[in-house]
Amino acid sequence: MDNYRSHVLICHGTGCTSSNSNKILDKFNEVLADKGLTNEIKVVKTGCFGLCAAGPIIVIYPEGTMYYRCTPEDVEELVNEHLINGKEVERLKVAGNNTSPKDFYSKQMRIALRNCGNINPEDINEYIANDGYQALGTILTEKRDPDAIIQELIDSGLRGRGGGGFPTGLKWKFASGNRGQGITKYVCCNADEGDPGAFMDRSILEGDPHSVIEAMAIAGYCIDAHQGYVYVRAEYPIAVERLQNAINQAKEMGLLGKNIFNSGFDFELDIRLGAGAFVCGEETALMRSIEGKRGNPTPRPPFPAVKGLFGKPTILNNVETYANIPVIINKGAKWFASLGTEKSKGTKVFALGGKVNNVGLLEIPMGTTVREIVFDIGGGIPNGKAFKAVQTGGPSGGCIPESLIDTPIDYDNLVAVGSMMGSGGMIVMDEDTCMVDIAKFFLEFTVDESCGKCAPCRIGTKRMYEILTRITDGTGTLDDLQALEDVAVALKNGSLCALGQTAANPILSTLKHFRDEYVEHVVDKKCRCGVCKGLLNYTIDKEKCVGCGMCAKGCPADAITRTDYIAPGKKLAAFEIDSSKCVKCGACMGTCKLKAISKQ
Amino acid sequence: MDMVNLTIDGVQVSVPSTYTVLEAAREAGIKIPTLCYLKDLNQIGACRVCLVEVEKARALAAACVQPVAEGMVVHTNSPKVRATRKNTLEMILSDHNIDCLSCIRNGNCELQSLAEEYGIRKVTFNGIKSSSIIDDKSFSIVRDSSKCVKCGRCVAACKKQSVGVLSFLNRGFETSVGPAYDISMADAPCIYCGQCIVSCPVGALYEKEETEKVWDAINDPSKHVVMQVAPAVRAAIGEEFGLPIGTRATGKMFAAMRRLGVDKVFDTNFAADLTIMEEGTELLNRIKNGGVLPMITSCSPGWIRFCEFYFPEFIPNLSSCKSPHEMEGALIKTYYAQKNNIDPKDIVVVSVMPCTSKKTEAAREQLVNKDGLKDVDIVITTRELARMIKQAGLNFNNLPDEGPDPDFMGEYTGAGVIFGATGGVMEAALRTVADILEDKDLPDIEYKAVRGVENDIKEATVTLGGKDIKVAVAHSTAAARELLTKIKNGEANDYAFIEVMGCSGGCVCGGGQPIVKAQDLMDIDLRAERAKALYEEDAIMPQRKSHKNSQVMKLYEDFLGEPNGHLAHELLHTTYAQKEIYPENLVK
Repeated sequence: MDNYRSHVLICHGTGCTSSNSNKILDKFNEVLADKGLTNEIKVVKTGCFGLCAAGPIIVIYPEGTMYYRCTPEDVEELVNEHLINGKEVERLKVAGNNTSPKDFYSKQMRIALRNCGNINPEDINEYIANDGYQALGTILTEKRDPDAIIQELIDSGLRGRGGGGFPTGLKWKFASGNRGQGITKYVCCNADEGDPGAFMDRSILEGDPHSVIEAMAIAGYCIDAHQGYVYVRAEYPIAVERLQNAINQAKEMGLLGKNIFNSGFDFELDIRLGAGAFVCGEETALMRSIEGKRGNPTPRPPFPAVKGLFGKPTILNNVETYANIPVIINKGAKWFASLGTEKSKGTKVFALGGKVNNVGLLEIPMGTTVREIVFDIGGGIPNGKAFKAVQTGGPSGGCIPESLIDTPIDYDNLVAVGSMMGSGGMIVMDEDTCMVDIAKFFLEFTVDESCGKCAPCRIGTKRMYEILTRITDGTGTLDDLQALEDVAVALKNGSLCALGQTAANPILSTLKHFRDEYVEHVVDKKCRCGVCKGLLNYTIDKEKCVGCGMCAKGCPADAITRTDYIAPGKKLAAFEIDSSKCVKCGACMGTCKLKAISKQ
Repeated sequence: MDMVNLTIDGVQVSVPSTYTVLEAAREAGIKIPTLCYLKDLNQIGACRVCLVEVEKARALAAACVQPVAEGMVVHTNSPKVRATRKNTLEMILSDHNIDCLSCIRNGNCELQSLAEEYGIRKVTFNGIKSSSIIDDKSFSIVRDSSKCVKCGRCVAACKKQSVGVLSFLNRGFETSVGPAYDISMADAPCIYCGQCIVSCPVGALYEKEETEKVWDAINDPSKHVVMQVAPAVRAAIGEEFGLPIGTRATGKMFAAMRRLGVDKVFDTNFAADLTIMEEGTELLNRIKNGGVLPMITSCSPGWIRFCEFYFPEFIPNLSSCKSPHEMEGALIKTYYAQKNNIDPKDIVVVSVMPCTSKKTEAAREQLVNKDGLKDVDIVITTRELARMIKQAGLNFNNLPDEGPDPDFMGEYTGAGVIFGATGGVMEAALRTVADILEDKDLPDIEYKAVRGVENDIKEATVTLGGKDIKVAVAHSTAAARELLTKIKNGEANDYAFIEVMGCSGGCVCGGGQPIVKAQDLMDIDLRAERAKALYEEDAIMPQRKSHKNSQVMKLYEDFLGEPNGHLAHELLHTTYAQKEIYPENLVK
């Protein structure tokens, strides 16, 4: 292997790729070739570094210097200054917009994301060099007892990272019966990450695909399955490409396929693309989709471990869960169980977004508080605004208000406060966020994503959305509020699958913690955050109006007309807004230089 | 069988371990409401009306799919259960076209019953309704999606028939049920068996009603209305008037038909006997002359469409015999018209059938005679006949027992009656063919091997004229698909004769028969109950072999000449043609 004096790591996650990080890489190669440095400096395409707010990110080793918001135009300077002159480019070390990388990485602990941003996901050797395939190799060459491995997983306390939090080892145990009897079984991976704003699974597949492949092969060995499927959204083209590439490389090296490590164990792995239905992240719907059927959930029992894919015993875990497994095998259950809280072990990856400075992907030990995430890792709320709440679990989760900000994050605590872990989306809301509006936002998503099979979810999500629309339009009544609650509870109690059972969570949790805002919308016809347009009234202060008419020109709805009132000291008659015509777009306010227009 | 013990509403029950909570509760005398559930056909837990509370479970469970478990404690009537069921029902109603008074299922709607049972006085969760269409383009089936509750029962029924024309379309609130691309059922490769209709809990699928046409004909003095009735109708029509399932209502049925004011009432059984003469002769000729075997029956128009769409290579195997009511219609407009000196143009033949596919069959171009007259003018289903009887104000249960009109075409044998049950045509044919080949009046006439509903495909080897011949009976088009696929693959090539009925159980469970609620279907096999009525009638008939029907013999003597003779061919036989599935211009 060649020795390079420097390594330039360039993030090629979806976020940085969208900001031209591939062009940065091309430029590096071009400049380095021009300068004859290709033998000394290696440019490496990596997965996500996490601090997406400051992307595209470049890290140059051995110094470990991180550069933020880089562009292809910066490459020349980076090469000349940093790589040739040995002088760091200070201006690119500023993450900008209040983003503080130091805080961001301070309290993190990267297990599932251990290789993301550290290795080239397209080169299996880099994974192997970082202990990759060591767990699988040890298990197979030592012919370890599958039950002992499963017990190790149970002892580790690892729980499913996809939402439900079911103990992973138990899941495997249930599917492990009748080994060696030629019974067809399957190992599936749920990479149908659908929560808006969540991208941890995508990042792992983009940055460290082999960790998932290795874990799935281990799962296959443990339950005596010889075929695996990764069900991944077609909207993740980079993840799909890198995963396929990784599968191909693993096959070439004999780490997948027939007789892996000469152990006699065979395991094939294939990708199945999902068409972007949120409900296909529900395990039964996911399996129906792989089977080529309509992606609708089916009742449980029977559970997948008994009757899963194609009616055969099946293990289904999500990407992040799998990514933890090789490390647990290598380092042992005790080590893993020493991390986290009593009932939630290890770490959890969150996609932090919304009104927070350090937007990005982070991994923290279970038990870290919401406050630590938002204010320490997240760097607080931008523009000096006050924190209001944080939504975890995406459209299936609920919001955690300020009063509960010191809740240590684990599965059970989040459920206790009316939210859920979900796959790890975390959206921060500040004082300007209307909680009724945010509930409506999530409901709009679930209305679209309900599969339509069971009545409460099919109709209930629509009815709740309609009621929320009335409330935010200013036409809601107290009866509506009651109906909203009735439907929400019926959905929670009565829906067929988790999508429906949790669809009302955003409503139930905001009703619980922010009921006064709902009542204000309904009774006082007021949105304290000024978000709900239906409740806004734009008025012109006729005493201030000089009658210039700019507002009327800018009004797209012809709602502003001249009156015959001329204010003292003014030359022209003032204008007024016909609220029945007004579409509450706010364009007039921008045009008025005298600030004679106000909204309330 | 493994038994498990559980407690439902404080009642201890011990049930087989394969039971669902719904079944166990029924055993304990507790009724759990259902909507999407249909025994053996649709157990998907979609409507959430059968929710129950299982202690220690996270959410409420759908009783129809929840397996029982040892020590399980279930509450079917807790406040949480009642509230959730009621709210769910109100949601379903909020997306339902609630014009109950003018709905065809008024009084026989499972959703209506649920709303009544749950005391729903107003629909709280009003909102927009999902988009809907009325598809009434076919001759047989109307689909009104504004009534559809998306329970999937029709989808399951269609799939069970291995037709699969109906499926879920779109998703979420806009989920609907229909043929692919929401094309009309008239354009889809639908066989019109009507199993979707009898599976539908509400009024989203129903027969194309033609009762008004019949009334118009009756009230037109220039028209001579002849009404004929298929054997299976008598086995079910009583249900429409509150009689128990399986009641044989032959006498009251004829009395009621006559009192509607039609000019003549005949029994299609006459033509069933005639079919045996024609089909039996055709079979013997095919065997003798090396014709295409196995010969397959052609009485069931659903099956004929299925064959024309999905197994056109078997068209040469189909018997060329028209279905019995078409034969009867052809004879009414010739033989009967001549005997009574009536201009066939003035005759209106009305067939009362257990079948919705017969409506489309009657419109087949192959079933129009050389004068341009259709053999059968109007087909109404058993349900439509019942409606006419109700409209006429007849007290069905108090009517005297009567029979068909006796002149020329009024006689029938027990062999004709059993046409309405699976295996019946086969048995009737065997009774006659055996006698002909043996040239004597054989005493053993009950071919039990071809009866019954336990197996979808029944096989038998019968000795006829010293020769063993193998026959098979398939009921439901799924069974037909299975059998024909075997034959195609060379796994079964020694059958001489096959009976196929499009519907499981045969005509007694046709798509035009009275609709039985899902809850009432839980404890019985409807197919067997209704078939009993027909075998009961067969057993008491003075003649039980088709060739013993003296009026059929007289028909040959006076009019037709020989079975399969020239005139018989012209009037009683037909042709078939391959039908294209989803022609290109439809699916864009």
